[in-house]
Formats: sequence, structure tokens, C-alpha cells
Amino acid sequence: MASVSDAELKAMTQEERVKALGMTTEQLTGKSLYMEFDPDALERFEYPWAPVVDFNKRTEVDCDGKTTTEVNESIRALMAEGYGTIVLQNPRGMHSLGVGILSKLNLIVEGSTGYFAVGLIDGPNVRITGRVGWSCGENMMSGTVMIEKNAGSTFGAAIRGGDLVCRGSVGSRTGIDMKGGTIIVGGDTGALSGFMMQRGRMVVCGNAGKNLGDSMYDGTIYVGGEIRSCGVDAVEAELTQLDKDWLTRKLTQYGMMPEKGVDHFTKIVAGKQLWNYDNLEPNEKKLIL
Amino acid sequence: MAGTVYRGSEIKDVDQFLNDAAGLESEREKEIGQHIGYRYDVNLVPDYARITPFLTKYMEVMGWDDLNWLEDVHMGYEEGKPAVFDRNINGWVRIPDSIDLPDNQQDRDMIARELLIKFQMSDRHPLVSLRKAYMKF
Repeated sequence: MASVSDAELKAMTQEERVKALGMTTEQLTGKSLYMEFDPDALERFEYPWAPVVDFNKRTEVDCDGKTTTEVNESIRALMAEGYGTIVLQNPRGMHSLGVGILSKLNLIVEGSTGYFAVGLIDGPNVRITGRVGWSCGENMMSGTVMIEKNAGSTFGAAIRGGDLVCRGSVGSRTGIDMKGGTIIVGGDTGALSGFMMQRGRMVVCGNAGKNLGDSMYDGTIYVGGEIRSCGVDAVEAELTQLDKDWLTRKLTQYGMMPEKGVDHFTKIVAGKQLWNYDNLEPNEKKLIL
Repeated sequence: MAGTVYRGSEIKDVDQFLNDAAGLESEREKEIGQHIGYRYDVNLVPDYARITPFLTKYMEVMGWDDLNWLEDVHMGYEEGKPAVFDRNINGWVRIPDSIDLPDNQQDRDMIARELLIKFQMSDRHPLVSLRKAYMKF
């Protein structure tokens, strides 16, 4: 690939940039294991393009009279100025607040948010003092999110990493299609929680609704209360000492440790009968479903 | 070990997929010609007694009390080689031969986490070029 300066790239169209960077001619087959780690790589803790922010540098943004785009742009501009703690005031149920933050930040939302709050984030620590609507933390990559009250349905949909915590109860389909990370619910969760879960951990301190973990491929669900019913291919497993230690540490970290400890938690995992489903004979499929 | 004992996907030995890349153990696996399960235990939670100084510093910089998303990062084995799956490039990145592998999965996972962070934050990560080409804002 020929060396191209940033100034030259900036002057190009996207199509020209892609060609100049050699992306259209790149060999895509056999990509697995194509790259090797550099054992002498420098110690760096943030992405090269991440703004340098200081947690002790704090500011506030009043959301009143602003659109979601304006608020989200304000957050980016403030991070570029080095603010590491940003407080959003008067969110009044705005949708898609704080989405796409890709570096470290302390974000405090004083109030409640609407749909898709803090989705697609990769790094920040978020605290929302009110309630949240559907799909809070959707596609979250890393960081921590703490909701002080209740959350709507599809809480943590397709989450890939990080801790998504709700002190209250959440709606149905919590952690649907989750691919990693940890979801913690202080209260109850609705039907079809953990539906199509692929990995990660879900902790429900209260009760779980119908069809818990339906069609889960992998991952672990811990439930402290009653489980109304397990879904297809979700089975109970032994709660090991490693599980107990992890639960104790994680729940203590968020001040959500139940008074009676964690020994009473039920652990649900994938029965793995749906794995290689396409290879099963018709009679085998009937047996599973 | 959590999540390794169902439907023939048991991982009995830490070097299982280094010694036998296919790792077909059960009758069912031999029948369909596929290993049922990941080549590492995706449900294994980290043992914090084995954390490295680099990872402790990473947690401190990010303002986290634990490994956060790195709890899901493990050393895996692809095509008989130790490797780590990098979600940002949707592919496996190989562990260099110069790195000696410890004899247990927990220590291997800590090495995997450290190498992955250094790689993702470096200028040689493919995301740097992708960002230059496609970044919209």
C-alpha cells in the first residue's frame, strides 16, 4: 500500500480513500490468523484517536430546548476540550441520549431517558438517576451503565461487553441476542429474557418470567428468585465456587449483594441440543422442540 | 469448569486444541465432523488473583473496578494455534511463538487480555486504516 498523508486523504472522496488505502484489493480469504501480536507493543490504554479527558474536569449540559443530536454533539465537543465528567440535566425522556461514545468518560444523566439510551458505547461509565425506555445499552461494547430505577424491554439487547446494571426491575426480552458482557437486574425480569443469548452473563436478583434463556447458544444466567419457566434448550447447571466468588464480587461492587448471599442463585446455561441444529435428523429436531 | 460438560463439548486438557486441532471427542462430533462447542470455555469467569500489573493499570485508567469487557476475552485455539479473537476485526490474532504458554487457562486468558489491549490501542490495528477510510464524523 502506497503511503498517503492525512491531508491527502482528507481531500479525497470516501471511494478514493478506500482505494488509496488498498482496501478493495486486500486478500480477504485466509484472514484468520493472518495477524500476529507484537510482544513488544507499547503500553497504551486508549484508542489512538480517543480524546484526552480528565475525570476531575466536570461540566453540565442542560438538555432543555435541545435536540438529541445537539446534546450528543455537545458531549463530543466537551470531550474534545478534555472534560471527563459530564452531567446531563433535564433529559425529559429524550431518546438515543449519549450514544456512540467510544472512549472513557463519566456521564451522569439526572433524570429519565427514552429509547436506546447510551447504545453503542465503548468505554464510558454512565449513571442514570431515573428510568430508561426500551433497549438501553443496546450493542454496548465496554464500560459501565447504572440505572437507578426501572428499565423497559430489551434491556441490553445485543450487548457485547461491559456491565449494564439496573437497580429496579426490567421488561421482557432482557439481553436478547447478547454476545458478551454482564447484565445485572436488582428486581425482576420479564418473559424471554436471555433469548438467543450467545455468551456473557446475566444476573437477576429477583424473579424471571416465562421462557428464560430460550434458544440460548451459550452464556450463563443466574437467578436469585423464582423462574416461571425455562425456554427451549435452557437447562440448570451446578453453581460452582468460581461462580459464587464472581457473583459476590460483582454484586458487592454495585451495592446489590442480597442479604442472604448468593448460594440460593440458580444457574442456567445452554443445554446445547440446538447446536448443529441443521445437522439433526427430523426426529431429533422433534425431540428437542 | 463451567460450560464445558454438555453434549460432548468437554474440554479436558488445557492443551487439547494444540495437540488435536479438530478435537472431535464424542460420537456425535465424529458423526457430524464438527467439534460441538467453542475451543475454549466462554463461560469461564476470571480469577482476579492472577491479574497482571498491566491489566490493573488499564482498569485504573478506565475508571473500572474490574476487567469489564475483558472478562469475555480468553485465549482460544484456532487451527491448532493459540490465538485471541478480536471483535474489532472479527478475526483471530495469533500468539507469537516467542511467548511461553502457562499451564493453566486462567493465566493464558490474562496474557490474551493484555496482548489484545496493546494490539487494539496500537497504530498497527486495522481499525486505524478503516477509520481513516470510512469515518463519517
